[in-house]
Amino acid sequence: MPLIELRDLHKVYDMGAEKVHALNGVDLDIERGEYVAIMGSSGSGKSTLMNLIGCLDTPSGGKYRLNGVAVEELDDSALAGIRNREIGFVFQTFNLLARTDALHNVELPLIYAGLPRAERRARAQRTLERVGLGDRMHHQPNELSGGQRQRVAIARALVNEPSLLLADEPTGNLDTATSTEIMQLFDELHAAGNTVLLVTHEADIAAHAHRQVVLRDGKVLEDHPTARASRPAAVASPPAPVAPPA
Amino acid sequence: MVFLENFRIALGALRANKMRSILTTLGIVIGVAAVVAVVSIVQGLQFMISNELGGLGATFVLIDPDFGRAIPGVAARQIKLTWEDGLAIKEKVPGVRYITPVLIGQDKVKYRDRQHQPDFVFGTNQDWPEVANYGVEHGRFFSRLDLETRKKVTVVGSEVVEELKLGREPLGKEIYIGKYPATVIGVMEDKGQSLGMNYNDLVYLPFDSAVGLFGRESANLVRLRLQAESPEDVEQIKDQIKALLRQRHKIPAGEPDDFQIATQDEILETAGAILRGTTAVVGGVVGIALLVGGIGIMNIMLVSVTERTREIGTRKAVGARRQDVLLQFLIEAVTLSLLGGIVGLLLGWGFGVLAVKLLPGDLPPAHVPLWAVILAFGFSTLVGVFFGIYPAAKAARLDPIEALRYE
Repeated sequence: MPLIELRDLHKVYDMGAEKVHALNGVDLDIERGEYVAIMGSSGSGKSTLMNLIGCLDTPSGGKYRLNGVAVEELDDSALAGIRNREIGFVFQTFNLLARTDALHNVELPLIYAGLPRAERRARAQRTLERVGLGDRMHHQPNELSGGQRQRVAIARALVNEPSLLLADEPTGNLDTATSTEIMQLFDELHAAGNTVLLVTHEADIAAHAHRQVVLRDGKVLEDHPTARASRPAAVASPPAPVAPPA
Repeated sequence: MVFLENFRIALGALRANKMRSILTTLGIVIGVAAVVAVVSIVQGLQFMISNELGGLGATFVLIDPDFGRAIPGVAARQIKLTWEDGLAIKEKVPGVRYITPVLIGQDKVKYRDRQHQPDFVFGTNQDWPEVANYGVEHGRFFSRLDLETRKKVTVVGSEVVEELKLGREPLGKEIYIGKYPATVIGVMEDKGQSLGMNYNDLVYLPFDSAVGLFGRESANLVRLRLQAESPEDVEQIKDQIKALLRQRHKIPAGEPDDFQIATQDEILETAGAILRGTTAVVGGVVGIALLVGGIGIMNIMLVSVTERTREIGTRKAVGARRQDVLLQFLIEAVTLSLLGGIVGLLLGWGFGVLAVKLLPGDLPPAHVPLWAVILAFGFSTLVGVFFGIYPAAKAARLDPIEALRYE
């Protein structure tokens, strides 16, 4: 059973006068442990697809199975539970809580999971150490660099051990060097067994993935493995060379 | 678990906007402070009134000329109530144990070179201690013989003794009440101040002496005080006195009385009604203050929800359910108004104590009853919930995608 199973997925936005078909019958399977980049120009439907996969929104038609659960049948509260347990979001703009230190930011999903305080603390600390921020736990977002902020956000996405890491333009607000570091982190997380789904319009970022899905006009245009797919996903593989910025 | 976390988040958010939180909650602070201050003063008054009047006993009856009617009713008839009326009551109404006249006037008292203005001079008879349930500490009150033989005697309160420097042996000393010389034969027991009268600063004269001091006319407007034999007789005695006085005053049927009769319970009831009325009016004003305060909280919570739209989106993305977001903002609003309630309670209590200290007259100590504390907290919580629910619901309903995209 694939982790994600999309069948004839439709999403229609009612804009009053006209109906916008953001997704027009998407079929897609993603297995556990895959490293997938979803690409497409703006208006291709990739943001809509990410919102649906991330359970932030429900489809207008078609089927979505996440871990075997029929997501389209769930109510608001159950969707929140799925987001909490199954999905780890990484946003382009980080979306950390201001005036809240890194540790508390990372703890956030565990609060809604209802974990006791001591356990939350311990897990958040472990996860921050894993993304290389063991010495920045009590820094607030405005005291951290862009790359560090994104690491905090990644730690927050990881802390509840979700089935799927969902990153929306994770390097969109970062300079090239920092982007490289962040993508190396994603590579490592994938190598450690996480399922990673990148949404990006940058080819060099997408090149980190092992499979590329290209959307156009709300449909899957291409779906193929990348050059890196053939290489074994060694756990301790050195960082892959990244194409120089255009 | 989540509740506690939400409380922590709310406190954090309020601390992050200290000035705004203080200003927002000011309406609640003022409203609660006002109610607590007024309640504390009114409660003190009520406490004192029932303490004072309760001492008169269930057999006490008061008969006063209807002074209220005397002012506009010039055309009708001269209002009159005399000791002859009192004597007639004693004679014709069964069940009256003691009855005394009370003539209240004011004059200076003198002893050697000392001079003092007592609160009041009371002209009464030998039964006063029995009627008022309040007697002498040293010496004795006037006797029947003193009155019949027109002895020039007086009984004074402890403060008069002090002011005139009568010393440790005031009995037997001759003082002047106005131009009237009298020998001090007794000092009243300490009763303190109440209802605007300092009982320790009173001078008592035999009734006839008081009439001599204040003039013949004064005898036409005396007050009568009596104690009935038993509480069961009181209603019946009231009716009989009413009939007797109407007959003696020649009041035609259908005309209102020119006197007032009240029992201890009725006096307590009247005083209570006035205090309740005051409380109700103030309650209304405070209700408006709390309403305004609540609207202030709603306003700032709406601003807060808008400001934190992205935060709400983020929380939802990582698994916050609608009720989590609702609770978070509701707790924030309630915390805000509850803090206002606590500060208002302390301020109001302070105002009450201060007002009693600063206001002229002898106000009783401020007293904040437990129900006022509970009411203050209950009301501010209610205001927080009532005015917080709309902003909180607005936050809870936010679409996570829209919220995450919000700039």
